[in-house]
Amino acid sequence: MSSVAVIDYGMGNLHSIAKALQHASPEVDVRVVSDKQSILAADRVVFPGVGAIRDCMHALQAAELTEVIAQVAQSKPLLGVCLGMQALLSNSEENGGIDCLNLIPGQVIHFEKDRLDKQGQRLKIPHMGWNKVQQHRHPLWQNIAQESHFYFVHSYFAQPDESSAIAATSDYPEAFTCAIAKDNVFAVQFHPEKSQTVGLQLLKNFLHWDGQC
Amino acid sequence: MSLAKRIIPCLDVDNGRVVKGVKFVDIRDAGDPVEVARRYDREGADEITFLDITATHDNRDTIVHVVEQVASEVFIPLTVGGGIRKLEDIRCMLNAGADKVGINSAAVFNPEFVKQAAEKFGSQCIVVAIDAKKVSVAGEPDRWEIFTHGGRKETGIDAIDWAKKMVDYGAGEILLTSMDRDGTKIGFDLELTRAISEAVSVPVIASGGVGNLAHLAAGVKEGKADAVLAASIFHFAEYSVQEAKEYMQNEGIEVRLT
Repeated sequence: MSSVAVIDYGMGNLHSIAKALQHASPEVDVRVVSDKQSILAADRVVFPGVGAIRDCMHALQAAELTEVIAQVAQSKPLLGVCLGMQALLSNSEENGGIDCLNLIPGQVIHFEKDRLDKQGQRLKIPHMGWNKVQQHRHPLWQNIAQESHFYFVHSYFAQPDESSAIAATSDYPEAFTCAIAKDNVFAVQFHPEKSQTVGLQLLKNFLHWDGQC
Repeated sequence: MSLAKRIIPCLDVDNGRVVKGVKFVDIRDAGDPVEVARRYDREGADEITFLDITATHDNRDTIVHVVEQVASEVFIPLTVGGGIRKLEDIRCMLNAGADKVGINSAAVFNPEFVKQAAEKFGSQCIVVAIDAKKVSVAGEPDRWEIFTHGGRKETGIDAIDWAKKMVDYGAGEILLTSMDRDGTKIGFDLELTRAISEAVSVPVIASGGVGNLAHLAAGVKEGKADAVLAASIFHFAEYSVQEAKEYMQNEGIEVRLT
């Protein structure tokens, strides 16, 4: 039986992601864990997170997990979700500028304020709700229709230095990166655990992914 | 622009059953909340909101069990409102599987609570519910104030000022209910909805008064709402969520069709 470790470092509720993983693939052993050994012992790792990036980085450092995540990123399938995606980049504008894990070179930036949509209405921030996702070729999009809607809640987004790291984009109103991929690492800004059928499919794909592109 | 406008069915839950009072008269039983939530999920609801209207504190655990059960099989955002007064109440609901909580009266009695809640759990899970009623008379410019206790108690607080203040305090979303329209089935208070939506930077959910699908579309097009919430039109299967979305799409509104 393969196993997946959901990293618990005190940033947000992991109930949903653990439940969704289990639902997506009942045969997989889903473990919510916080210690290095359990994370490294699992076949695959999910790195979730909600909240602010400063708290996230502090929590990772306090739990001595930054090295562990870097190690996982070198060795096995890793799925970053929401703040867990943003933390993989080099640094974030949030909280006055915070250094992140630098596993995927790039920045995390805020949506420009007071932008207008085509109807002249001010765009709301956070970007909250279901938005269409334009996939770039990657095995984790298997059996998911192009332009499917996924559920988002965020005010910052990732901008990787290399366009080859972009695995999907979404429009608000201009295209922004909503998924990144590099070798055995895949990360999404939206919440697959809250994106109904397509989200469960993505989780299922991850739970069967060998880490090859 | 491809961010879809959301349709959010709301379940008023009393002692573990879905109920809907029709203009304060009878409270009709609309079934088991878990079954109803399952149906809405299948029909393509974008989120589901549970409003706990259980009066007695002893029975509050019931809603927690409902949320736990729904969260283990329905994978869309879930919001729980009603009786959220302490940080502990929020933690309890989030642990049960809710993604957001709705804070209503507690925000009016103690605005700092919203600030503390947003700091502790993040703005993304704090929805401030505003019950507003028109207080201006014919001939005057429109003005609305906040009411508590199901619309019975006035506070003298201006609704637009209040919405802005709640966003400053960390609300991630506003659930706006017109107490004049709630239960009437004659449509949203569109002027109120537009006034609030244009005044704040966060998404606004319009609520109160939906009687048909045209009302939902008007909430988005004229009311400028980011999401529309309705209860009774979905409970009694007058319309399915799917039909509502198809209607809105035909009206040129971006929706998520599954």
